[in-house]
Amino acid sequence: MRPFRYHRPGTVAEAAQLIADLGEDGAILAGGTSLMTLARLGLAEPQHVVGLAGVPELCGIEGNSGDGITLGAMATLRQVETIPPVRRLAPGLAEAAHQVATVRIRNQATVGGTLVHADPSQDLPPMLMVYDAVARLTGPTRTREVPVAELFVDFFETVVDPDEILTSVHLPPASLGVIAGYLKFLPRTQDDYATISVAAGLTVVDGCIDTARIAVAGGGSTPQRCREAESALVGGGTDVAGLAAAADLVPEALDPVSDARGSGDYKREMARISTRRLLQRLVSESAT
Amino acid sequence: MSDTSERITLSVNGISQEVTTAPSRSLLEVLREDLALTGAKEGCGVGVCGACSVLVDGKLMSSCIVPVGMVQGRAVTTVEGLAAEDGTLTPVQTAFMECGGFQCGICTPGQVVAATALLRECPDPAAEEVREWMTGNLCRCTGYYSIVAAVLQAAKAGQGESD
Repeated sequence: MRPFRYHRPGTVAEAAQLIADLGEDGAILAGGTSLMTLARLGLAEPQHVVGLAGVPELCGIEGNSGDGITLGAMATLRQVETIPPVRRLAPGLAEAAHQVATVRIRNQATVGGTLVHADPSQDLPPMLMVYDAVARLTGPTRTREVPVAELFVDFFETVVDPDEILTSVHLPPASLGVIAGYLKFLPRTQDDYATISVAAGLTVVDGCIDTARIAVAGGGSTPQRCREAESALVGGGTDVAGLAAAADLVPEALDPVSDARGSGDYKREMARISTRRLLQRLVSESAT
Repeated sequence: MSDTSERITLSVNGISQEVTTAPSRSLLEVLREDLALTGAKEGCGVGVCGACSVLVDGKLMSSCIVPVGMVQGRAVTTVEGLAAEDGTLTPVQTAFMECGGFQCGICTPGQVVAATALLRECPDPAAEEVREWMTGNLCRCTGYYSIVAAVLQAAKAGQGESD
């Protein structure tokens, strides 16, 4: 592994200046689970690493039903899984975080890292899409907000500019009323990446589906919303036939790669089945 | 020594240590090669197998994918730091011996550190919680039953550590 220099900024402004100055020679290190693995495999060779562990403004999770939930970029996935405001107000997000790899990885991996690394099979991004989450990006001259659903461009590629830092993710208060869940299809081992996974969220009013979100990970070059399936649900009832008809629209939205976890066709089919099962679960939860 | 070397201070098993090294080296490598703490092992080298498990500020982590530059000023506990100074083993260590929670032994330091972390967070786990927590610590000998039994016995013994 190629040795690198380690920089320890104390503020977002310092970190942003550092990555702007370092250009292509620099890489941001959040928890290290992806960058260090890539570096050890020889797939990344940064000469300079900007470690964000010492930037207090990036840490922590805050939230209440009035303001929504703000996840600092350096909040660990274990914090997302265990912290009371998330468990209480966005239990679907805690559920998804709980299913990432192992507790050891969740102690190290971060919210910002899992988004910016942009592996299309990560667990948090589809669930953040279900909660209409918005990422905040800070660069040397501006700060902007981008919905997580618009963050991803391609495999391991996002709209985050090279001189920007993802500083936080916000779940708006209106999204917190949703009944959300996560179904990760794991035919091999519990700590594996998903073969395919589905995140969904519903609001049900008087037996009628009022809002719907469906997002899939592992179904293509990016995690993605399945908007046609969502539209098919809204305004309809909660009968199994209606849920299944919506789930039938999911495979068309996907273009999964064939790999060691299964063929593209197999993943499409499992996405359809997983969506139907998840929607049935959410409808039964909404009735209790 | 490369030109990226810097002086890094960290606490290891309660003792302040100073190493001059490239910050990109893994914590595991520095523990084993610079500090002669060879309990943590390198298995997969990419954070999957758990043989290199240590605690960083009390949190269970894979020391093979933690660059040592990241633990500047932080507190690391390895398997060597669990037993009392007089050598008295912790309930977790004792239970692994009594239950036969190992065979070849290469994964055992990681198993013991992971089990210790579990019982600090959750002193009385259900068997299912033990299995789930220990998922990331691979063992190719035991078939895991005796490991789960050891963790449950250690929990029954009342606490996961001696301090």
